Amino acid sequence: MSRFKLNRRKFLTVGAAGAAGAALTGCDVFDPMLRSGHPVRDFMIGANGLTEAVQRTLMGRDSMAKEFSESEIRQGMRPNGSTNPNTMEYMFLSQGNFSLYHLEVDGLVESPMRFNLEELRNMPSRTQITRHDCVEGWSCIAKWTGVPLGHILEQVQPQANANYAVFHCFDVMGVGLSGEIPYYESIDMIDAYHPQTILAYGMNDAVLPVENGAPLRLRVERQLGYKMAKYVYRIELVESFSHLHRGNGSYWADHGYEWYAGI
Amino acid sequence: MAGLASEQSESEHGAVETETPRAKGPLIYRQSIWTRTTHWVWVVCLFFLLLSGFQIFNAHPILYIGQESGFEYDNRVLSILPIQREDGSFAGRTTIFGHSFDTSGVLGFSGTQEQPQFRAFPNWITIPSYQDLATGRVVHLFFGWILVGTMFVWFVASLINGHLRRDIVPKGADFKALPGEISAHARFRFHKRAGYNPLQKLSYAFILLVIFPLVVLTGLSMSPGMNAAWPWLIEIFGGRQTARTIHFGAMVVLVLFFIVHVLMVVLAGPINELRSMITGWYRTDPTSEEEKP
Repeated sequence: MSRFKLNRRKFLTVGAAGAAGAALTGCDVFDPMLRSGHPVRDFMIGANGLTEAVQRTLMGRDSMAKEFSESEIRQGMRPNGSTNPNTMEYMFLSQGNFSLYHLEVDGLVESPMRFNLEELRNMPSRTQITRHDCVEGWSCIAKWTGVPLGHILEQVQPQANANYAVFHCFDVMGVGLSGEIPYYESIDMIDAYHPQTILAYGMNDAVLPVENGAPLRLRVERQLGYKMAKYVYRIELVESFSHLHRGNGSYWADHGYEWYAGI
Repeated sequence: MAGLASEQSESEHGAVETETPRAKGPLIYRQSIWTRTTHWVWVVCLFFLLLSGFQIFNAHPILYIGQESGFEYDNRVLSILPIQREDGSFAGRTTIFGHSFDTSGVLGFSGTQEQPQFRAFPNWITIPSYQDLATGRVVHLFFGWILVGTMFVWFVASLINGHLRRDIVPKGADFKALPGEISAHARFRFHKRAGYNPLQKLSYAFILLVIFPLVVLTGLSMSPGMNAAWPWLIEIFGGRQTARTIHFGAMVVLVLFFIVHVLMVVLAGPINELRSMITGWYRTDPTSEEEKP
């Protein structure tokens, strides 16, 4: 313990001697320019566009996320974020084992459609063992089974100007001035048609549990966990997401995180 | 500017003290504009990367070995967590390879018992000062790009102007001179010559050619996009959580280097050293002429 304190003191002493000294005594001097809406913060988050462009170039359309073997599943999947939505509609559906649940797919499509869980389970399925990387820094390996999003898109036939798939979710994250703030997320058509992008209804060889997003959650394996919306009830194809909620295309993007979560 | 002013008064003194045996060596142009500019851009970058990195670490203040984080088994190597003692008071506990240290007040728990802050790194050392992972990431990823861009500029410029070959990459003679240089450093004797001494070469080469690439590559290994683009990269480091741990370790090395680096500047003559990194001009020892390669 004493060693730690000594290091800290030494660090401070040297820091004070150095150019950074003034700032080290109170890092809150940078706080105002980092609040949302400040031009400095807006400029810095622009680096995310560069990251997206470079990563898209390096990985191409169809490069795959690593898939693991059965033996590498060493624990249950850690639930995070919402783990039990408490809206009336969700609780009603959950009590009936989601037998009355429907996934709606609409927006800029030739034929809007609805699918119940039985229909989704009878579609071609894909099972993948992947590592879930949370923006917080932890990772967890689990097995996911679901229907490729590309298969559903082939049936509803997106129109030429459909640029994004928006996922509307049951879980409510809070209450704002304009009412309840639901979780939502969006991906572009490159990720929407990626072979590993699935709507999962199964996890680790069992039915997807409520805490992990039952009855249906998204897997987008080349991005961080917050892109993988849980409790999905509607997929809307849009040209732009600027009219949705705060206009950043995702609940977390509306709260300061990057829309592109490849890093 | 302040450094230049005091340097002037120093040389006036030098003109008076004509009988002192310590005559001044010549001023030489030691640092190119490329070396100086990239040096100071790195200072700014590493400052913001370090403090925003602490912010990011606080979101999950545990490091592991392997691909994933053990929640139902133990693959932890470090954790900085708050705990509650039996008497109800709060404390901070840092655990490294199973050895726990009470780090209350700084790591794991800061603030007061009445207004406790349960944070791995305290608010005076994170950017922003309050808990905000999103903004920490915005700052970190922005300066990450600047760091990488500056590394590229430095590498190309140093390759072309010979800085890399002449001053950074250690040669056989540097290793031979190492024991003598270490004993000179231990006696706080610093020879001011045109080139870097062997210890400088080794430490700069280690930081610039090993730690800088390592910190960038382990950072990229944590990116699911990069994992798909370059699947071999994460395998080199043995998994995402190991890469995260190495990234943290590289940070510790950089902080230690910073402490020693600033200490050496202070001991070797801060005005002369700072002038050479600002204007490029460096005053060598009178004997340094014959030591020139």
